[in-house]
This record gives sequence, structure tokens and C-alpha cells, in this order.
Amino acid sequence: MTQAGNTIGKVVGINGNLVSVEVTQGADVLQNEVAYVDLEGIKLKSEVIKVQDRICHLQVFEDTRGIRVGMPVEFTGEMLVVELAPGVLNNIYDGLQNPLKELDNKNGFFLKRGQYLPAISLKKKWRFHPTAKPGEVVRAGSWLGWVPEQHFKHRIMAPFGMLGTATVESVVPEGDYEVRDTVAVLTDDQGHKINVTMYQTWPVKKAIKAYKQRLYPEEQLVTACRIIDTMFPVGRGGVACIPGPFGAGKTVLQHLLSKFAQVDIVIVVACGERAGEVVELIYEFPEMDDPKTGGKLMERTIIICNTSSMPVAARDASIYTGVTLGEYYRQMGYDVLVLADSTSRWAQAMREMSGRLEEIPGEEAFPAYLESRVANIYERAGLVELQNGDNGAVTLIGTVSPAGGNFEEPVTQATLKVVGAFLGLSRSRSDQRRFPAIDPLDSWSLYLDQLKDSLDRDLDPHWVEMVTHASSTLRRSSEVSKMMTVVGEEGISIGDLVTYLKGEMLDMAYLQQNAFDDVDAATPMKRQVRDFKLLYEAMSADFDFETKLQARQFFAELQDAFYQKNYVAEDSEDYRKYEEQIRKMLQEGASRV
Amino acid sequence: MFKTYARITNIIGDIAELDAPGVAYGELAHIVNTNGESSLAQVIRIDRDKISLQVFAGAKGLSTHSKVRFLGHPMEVPFADAMLGRIFNGSGLPIDGKPPMDDAPEVEIAGPSVNPVMRVIPQNFIETRIPMIDVFNPLVESQKLPIFSSAGEPYNELLARVGLQAHADVIILGGIGLKFDEYILFRKSFEEGGVMDRTVMFVHTAADPVVERLLVPDLALAVAERFGIEGKRVLVLLTDMTAFADALKEISVAMEQVPSNLGYPGSLYSDLASRYEKAVDFEGAGSITILAVTTMPGNDVTHPVPDNTGYITEGQYYLNNGVIHPFGSLSRLKQLVIGKVTREDHGAVMNAMIRLYAKALESKKKISMGFEKTETDERYLKYADLFEARFMDLRVDTPLNDALDRGWQTMAECFSRREVGIKKDLLETYWPKSADSSDEAADDDEEGKANAAG
Repeated sequence: MTQAGNTIGKVVGINGNLVSVEVTQGADVLQNEVAYVDLEGIKLKSEVIKVQDRICHLQVFEDTRGIRVGMPVEFTGEMLVVELAPGVLNNIYDGLQNPLKELDNKNGFFLKRGQYLPAISLKKKWRFHPTAKPGEVVRAGSWLGWVPEQHFKHRIMAPFGMLGTATVESVVPEGDYEVRDTVAVLTDDQGHKINVTMYQTWPVKKAIKAYKQRLYPEEQLVTACRIIDTMFPVGRGGVACIPGPFGAGKTVLQHLLSKFAQVDIVIVVACGERAGEVVELIYEFPEMDDPKTGGKLMERTIIICNTSSMPVAARDASIYTGVTLGEYYRQMGYDVLVLADSTSRWAQAMREMSGRLEEIPGEEAFPAYLESRVANIYERAGLVELQNGDNGAVTLIGTVSPAGGNFEEPVTQATLKVVGAFLGLSRSRSDQRRFPAIDPLDSWSLYLDQLKDSLDRDLDPHWVEMVTHASSTLRRSSEVSKMMTVVGEEGISIGDLVTYLKGEMLDMAYLQQNAFDDVDAATPMKRQVRDFKLLYEAMSADFDFETKLQARQFFAELQDAFYQKNYVAEDSEDYRKYEEQIRKMLQEGASRV
Repeated sequence: MFKTYARITNIIGDIAELDAPGVAYGELAHIVNTNGESSLAQVIRIDRDKISLQVFAGAKGLSTHSKVRFLGHPMEVPFADAMLGRIFNGSGLPIDGKPPMDDAPEVEIAGPSVNPVMRVIPQNFIETRIPMIDVFNPLVESQKLPIFSSAGEPYNELLARVGLQAHADVIILGGIGLKFDEYILFRKSFEEGGVMDRTVMFVHTAADPVVERLLVPDLALAVAERFGIEGKRVLVLLTDMTAFADALKEISVAMEQVPSNLGYPGSLYSDLASRYEKAVDFEGAGSITILAVTTMPGNDVTHPVPDNTGYITEGQYYLNNGVIHPFGSLSRLKQLVIGKVTREDHGAVMNAMIRLYAKALESKKKISMGFEKTETDERYLKYADLFEARFMDLRVDTPLNDALDRGWQTMAECFSRREVGIKKDLLETYWPKSADSSDEAADDDEEGKANAAG
């Protein structure tokens, strides 16, 4: 892989961030290998994206101003990689894994080009605890020991690129080591010695597959967002997308997911979005408590941030970087959530490069390979069984920013083909201030069926049936509502009105959630089950009202009780009181029948 | 050391091509036409020795025997305090009849982006004295906000007013494709308003070459950035960003790029974002706030320019039929200042007034559909009229706290305390004492009035 190390070329053309290079020395060029354009001492990182005979086309990850024909280019012989080692958590990286906080000390306010730093400290010492014994037979990804990183056991693993099996020759005793110190020696099938350190690199565009097998997701990933967990669940190791027009609340929803999702590790990829949004995370997360570990939220988080004004080519890399880091922690048996915001910007970055390469454009000028790239990235999520029988998961939720809020556009369509849940945000719901603005009629989740066994086992024996029934009530309620706009309330029967009111109650008092309220912002699953069952009871009860006014008054009061209940803690006296009040109202309402 | 070339091989649109070895990407060139006219030009593509130049003054009348001299540096703009009160064109040259800024140091335009970790969370309120902005969607320092509008609307008047009233340390106006009259309007109102001595204008009028249009935001923002680093609170006004996007379209078509949507280049989002993202609050220094006009062709918000802009900016103001629309408008950063740096009742007044106005519109709609008018409707209609006259009318010019007081007054004139849905402790402090002595009295009073009216 590294024999191409001394290939050298010179620049022959520049078009935006696409630089054409003629190879002058050496011959071996790898597609997607990293090269550096030498701009009078400033080395600009680039990636080979097209090879035509002796001319290579490079996408430069930096501003290309000042590059001249004839400037030297060094090829590294290695693909774009991420650095994997303890110390990755609690970091803010750009799309190429440069630690932005470290850059900040060196470069002032601005991101100067050509500055690359190691992603993690190479000097820091970590307390290594060996777990493998000499003589043990291991494969790529087998655990050899661990070091404590934040609140996690950061596993030190046999190199992911190792083929076949190897035997553990020796492991160092417990002690403090730098990431590049040898902590174990393996001997592979051919008798070659392999020195294992705590540090390895991996090409971002290749999936890490050092596990036994992929598994079928059968469990739910709890997000603490009611409309998602109850109506449109996402599987642990599954994939979902959140498309929506601007101003529909994508960002707030993403932030909620990153705060409250019940996973071990969260990786937020801010890809081509506003810098201001990331700033909120940067300031908030180090302050917020993580209920799961007792530490701070930032300690379980990695933020990859290639905002909209940063170079476009690095934006393309940022999602790959995020997913690869997710896969790395999955190999340690953790549950990882990768939030990619937004995949549309990533696709646009691809479109810009494709245009410069003068490829034949597909729909809306996106390249023909858009669909396969989108599919490829989502397929890297998944639940896997590790070498030792444990499992780990990467769940990927991507937002999509469709042009004009129109879901017919190519990126949304390509995404819909590969995801298991579609959480579509609608402008009309956000205009009505119904948040989260996930449209309960348009959205869908295949996981409701796929996870049926575990949901019915863990939540309630009739869970899926109840949810399905509730969503059909919602649908009928919306039909009645449409009818009412034409014929007025006078034109419909009391029965229809009750259906409408039931649907509204489900929407107003359960599906909507106040992101800015301490209690309502996150609902644990146990409470969702309790809340939903009571609501379901109310929705399936038969009521016989004499007048429409009576029905309206009854539901106004009932809905308010459910609504107020959302704002009180589950273990509080008030919560119990509201439950009691609701039960009483239901009895009274039913006794009228 | 800089060689002069005298042979242009191709001219396509405003792009001239010639053979010139050793030129740097993005480098600036000076072209002197055979008739003596000169222009700057920028290198936008290099293919071995073939250089493509974007000619700022346009290629109309350009001779293939023009003299081209490369300057060895990319586009720069002078920066000095002496720029305050001056007016420049899209090439950065003065158009106010005063001498050029020859001694001022030059700064790079379209420089690198700010490291996200060096930003701070915005927290300062910018008072504009326009109630639809201050009360309902306040502008926050370092925010980037467009005014979505359409042809014929008074968006430039609005922009000029914000410039006059916003108390920024430095105002930078970037006029992109302005009509001559609009340019004069800005100049006059800034001179008369007494802010010209802290204003820098970069003006490209519709009569100027299209390439210069592209440069105006970059020039304006580069200068803003320098002032910002020096600790100044800078307000950048850009109008009209749709004209900027149209210039991008023209150039990209001339460059034979594959268009993505309605002829705009695929990079439209990134091109707009790299400008808007210059809005920043520098940790320990000044800030840049951007207020820009985006005219929507056909008043269609899904048109690529407003659509892409909406994804980039932190909200938008809808200026339609001469008023800032209360529902479509949004300031995403408003939570950061409402009730925190502004008065404690701000949030409550904002929400209650909007909710009541929404209900008032429902009443109007109901009545227009032929349903009966109830006494409640009467009160909502009265409220709608007052709201439109006291708040939505763009001529209203009032500080925030007065506007809030007037909000309480307006609500009290139309409704009882119970109807406005505001927390009790705020009602006790702010509900006008003259409006009622107790809730009951108010209710009776309202009933009485309604009956009398009926």
C-alpha cells in the first residue's frame, strides 16, 4: 500500500478547488489517495478523485488561490484516513479531523490553510489494562486490553486491516503508555510479527468490518422524543432521515436527539450548516449532565464541524469521518448515534466536484452516482456481533434539506430508498407551531413492524396494535378536519366530531413536545408507555354526547389534563393527580353512554 | 517583473482567455484595451498556459490586442479608518470624486472562514426602533438576516432606516445592481441622518459591469471583518443578494458549468453561505451583523435564491404589501435576547399579541365568508386595526420599551385581562391601571360597550 510513497507530480491546471496534476516521477497512483500541493511551503491537502493516464485530478481541501502551474505535488500513497486512538471523544474536529480547539491557539480567529494537527495528543499517557493472554488466537478487531477514556473502557484492538488470524505473542503489563507505544505483539499466519499500539488509522471511505457478522436490528433506540419513539421508532443500528424545509425545526430536533438519545456515544456531523448552531453545542454540551454516565454530555460526544463557509471538498469528507469514528467505537461494543446534518450539503459538495470534472449530470445536475453514494453511507450503520460475541451498533440519522421543501428532489428520493424510517418535517405544522414538526400522516417507520416482537415484549403485549390504531384515528381525524373546512362543524355528525377531537388530543397532548421545557423536552420510554396507554384508553373509549358543544367542552378539559401532565415529573404528586383526574373524567364520560 | 501580454485568444461572455505561463490561480490582472479603457480581471481557471480571466468591467468592446499585465496578487481592498464616509465601486475604486486610497494597506477579500470554536454565542440586542422587528423578531448582534421581499416593495427604505437607527459603530453598505435613484436615496438618507461619517459604501449600480456585482459583498465584508477585529460593532447592509446570485448565474453559464436549478450554479448554496457566514461575534473583539435584501422573483419563496438563503440565514423578515409580515418572519436568535437583555415582559407581550392578531384574522376571514359578526369579533377587529396602525405600519418609529407599553395599552383597549393569556405576575405589573380597576369591572365594561354598539 505504501510503495507509491515517492510519486511526485506538478500542477498543470486549476479550476476552483480541482487541480490537475501531471505525474513526473514514480508511476503508482491510487484512486482516492492523499496528495499535498506545495504552495511555496504551504502544503495543501488534496485527494485524487480521477486518474487519466499521467494526469490526476485532485480535489483540494483548501482554498486554491495562489497555486501556479508547475508547483510540486507529493503523493502519499495513502487514502484519506482518520486517526483512531484514545482521546478522540470530547473533541471538536473539522471534516479532516483537525482538532479545532488546538488550531484555535495557533491561528487566532481564522482557519489558515495548510495547517494540520494530529487528531489526538500523541504525548499523553494512558493507563493500559491488558486483557489478552499470550497464546490467544485473535482476529482483526479482537480486544487486547483497554484504557479508561472519559467514562468508557476504550478497547485496544488488533489492527482492523489484519487478515486471517494471529497469535498473541506478548502483552505489556498494566501501566502508563503513550498511544504509539507498543502494547502487544502478535504473530500472523505467515509468521510475521505485528506490533500493536493504541493508535491506528483507517481510510474513511472504507467500512470497518472487523466483526463476526451483521445482525438484524430488533431493538429500539430510545430518543426520548415521543412522536419518534412511539409512532415512528428507529431501530438500534438502524437508519432514519429527517427531511424538512428551512425553519421547520430540524436543528432543534437534532440538538434534542444529540442530548437525550439513550446511547453511549454521540457523533454530531455538522456538514455544511451554520457555524452558529455548532457554537451552541460547543458552549452547552460541556455544561450539561449526561444522566447515563454522570459526567458531562460533551464527554460522550464528538463534534465534526465543517460548516457552510469552510472548503467544500472537506465537507464531502466530514460525513465519512463521522461514520468511521462511529464504526470505531462500535468495535468496542458501544451503542453509537451518528447525526449527519445535513446530507443535502454533502450531496451538493459531490455535485460541485462532479461539475468541475465535467461528468454527465443527472437530475438537477447531481451526478449519476448520487444514489449509490447515499446508499453506501447509510449502509455503514448497523448492529454487529463482535469477535467476542458482544455487540455494538451505529445508528445513523441524517437530515435532508430539500430545495424548496419539495421531497421529490433527488437527494430526498435517494435517501428514502435506503432508510428504515422517514421523519418528514412539514412547513404547515411548523407554521402552526406544532413541534416537533414531524408530520404524523406523511412519516413512516419500517421498524414498527421489524421491532414488533421486542416492542410487544418490552413495552406492552398490545403495543404495536395500539400504535397502529392510534395512527389510523389520527388519519380519520384529519379527514374529518378537512371535511369541516368545507361544510363547517354543523355539517358533520357528533361521532365524526369526536373522532376529530380524539385525533387532535393525541396530537396536541402527546405527539407535540416542548423542547424548551425541562420536563417535557425528554420523555423516557417507561413514561411514554404509561402516558400513551392512558391516552389510548381515552382514545378508544366510547362517548355519547348530546351536543357538539358538550363534546368539545369535555375534550377541551381532558386534553388540557393530558397536556398539563406533560409538564410535571413522573414521580411527582401532581402527575398522580392528573392521572387520577383523567381516569375520573373517563369514567364519567363513559357512564353517560 | 510583471510581463505584459498583448494577445487575447478567446472572449466568451465576460471571460477572456490568453496564453500566459506562471500565473497564480485567483491572481489579478490589469487589462488596457486598445481604446485606452482599462479594467481589472481575475484568474478563474488555468489549464497549462491557458489562462481564463474574468474581466470586471465586462468584455464589451474588448480588443484581442488589449494589453494584459498580471499584478502578482489576488483581489484586495484598501482598509483604513479614512474609508469612513467614502463611496467605492465594485472594483474598490472611489466614485465620490475624492482621491483614491493609495496609502491604505490592502487586505485580502473572501479570506478564510472563522474557526467555529472562536465564535461566541450572540447575546446583544440591536434596537432598530421598528416595532415589527424589535418586539416580534428582534435583531441580534452578529446575526445574519435577509429581508425577503419583491420588486416594488420599500425594502431599500427599510434597510436605510435600520442603518440610520441601529447605533452600529460602523455601517457598511454593499449595493449590488442598485438603480441609480436607489443609490442616491441611500446616500442622501445617510448624509441627512448624520451617519455618513461612520459609513463605507460599496456601490454597484445596474449600469455597471456584471462582474463587479460579484465583488461587492466580498469587498464590503472584507472591510467589515477588519473593523470587527479592531473591536467595532459593524452592521453590513447588502442589497440585493438576488442580483448577486444572478451575476453568479451569468458567469457560470459563460464558464459552461452545468446548471443545477433554474440556471443557477450547483455551488449557489456555498457561494451565498461563504458571504453570510462572515457574520460573527469575535471573542474579545467586535462583531459583524448582516442584514440583506433578497428579492423573490414572482414573490416565490421556493425560488432557488430565497430557498438557499433561508437555509443559511438565521431567520428572515417578510416584507410584503409594505409591511413586515408577523407570521412568516422569524429571528432564530431572538430567544437569546428576549427577556434576558430586554424587558421581562417582552416574551409575553410578543406571544400574546401575535396570538391575538392571528385570532383577529380568523374573525375577519369568518366575517368575509358571510358568517355572523359577534361582539367578540368586534373587539378582535378593533384590535386588528390598532395592531396594524400602531405596530405594522412601517412609519412607526419607537423605542422597544415604548412599543411594549403601547402593546399593553392596545390589548387593554380591546380585551380583558383574562382574554390575553399572560401570566398573572406580569399582568399585575404591566396591565395599564387606567384600563380597569378589576377583572370583573373590565368584563362588565366590555359587555356594556358591546351591547351599546349592538
